[in-house]
Amino acid sequence: MKNLKMSIAAMLFLAVSFTNAQEKEKMNHDHGDMKMDHSKMMNQKSDAKAEAILSDYFNLKDALVGDDTKKAAQSGAKLVASLKAFEMGSYTKAQQEELADIIEDATEHAEHISESAIDHQREHFKTLSKDVTDMVAITGTKSTLYEQFCPMYDKGSAWLSTSNEVRNPYYGSKMLKCGKVQKTIQ
Amino acid sequence: MKIVKIIAIVLLVAFVGIQFIPTERNQSDTVPETDFMLVHNVPESIQKKLQVSCYDCHSNNTQYPWYNKIQPAAWFLEDHIKEGKAELNFSEWDSLSSRRKSSKLRSIIKQIESGEMPLYSYTLIHKDAAFSEAEAKEMINWITQLKDSL
Repeated sequence: MKNLKMSIAAMLFLAVSFTNAQEKEKMNHDHGDMKMDHSKMMNQKSDAKAEAILSDYFNLKDALVGDDTKKAAQSGAKLVASLKAFEMGSYTKAQQEELADIIEDATEHAEHISESAIDHQREHFKTLSKDVTDMVAITGTKSTLYEQFCPMYDKGSAWLSTSNEVRNPYYGSKMLKCGKVQKTIQ
Repeated sequence: MKIVKIIAIVLLVAFVGIQFIPTERNQSDTVPETDFMLVHNVPESIQKKLQVSCYDCHSNNTQYPWYNKIQPAAWFLEDHIKEGKAELNFSEWDSLSSRRKSSKLRSIIKQIESGEMPLYSYTLIHKDAAFSEAEAKEMINWITQLKDSL
């Protein structure tokens, strides 16, 4: 009698946990679907490879803001890799041509940044910023970017930032807040 | 004493031996259509300066010095020329897009401004390749103009 009770209890327990597991799986499944939809939506507005390039660019910018040559060099090397990994298959032919040109130019500047002293890094960062800005004009981005401008450095130089607060990568601590937001990119 | 003699002989043999290793010579009889001088309207003084100060390492045609015949000097030169051409090749100038040209011109200006180019090891032997202050100014002004017109 005791045995029978025990086995009924065990079976009930099994049945409950089984349905429970099924329920969970279904939920996971739903969740998975939701995730996929979500990423599909993102893909329409932005390109993951371009986002990777932007993320490395911002790390580089932050290193220059912090007067950190070593970190800037490392970010430069990473940027070389993410530029290389860029895929342009989904763009029109004219866009591909321009993107190839931009990527080639940007790669050269990123290479120089990976092996130079800070003054040189900043020189190359100026042209690199133009390249990256032109890239974003084609690829778009999921986040809001601010194009900032410092009139003092090399007859006026721009850069991109994810924040609208000005932190100057061309001067670093010497003139941290020199510059203004000249354009918002969405 | 015997050891010194042996070392001297080994070094001599090695020195003679490396003379037989060929090096790539950077010379060409023709000036390609893509050459900087043919694409842009370059004033004579600028032309001359570019030729003397830059073209040995930044074009497909090097005016070799006599010691290029001797190793290991030839290797040293070969290396510099290869590196120089990879960075900037005036002979193939017009194959660059306008974005790349403008980028290169900017780098040329910066390199002359900071005195990094021409290399010290080069101007040491090629005295006339060095830039006087006036020459640097003239070159930078002209290249800036060209860059702005692109």
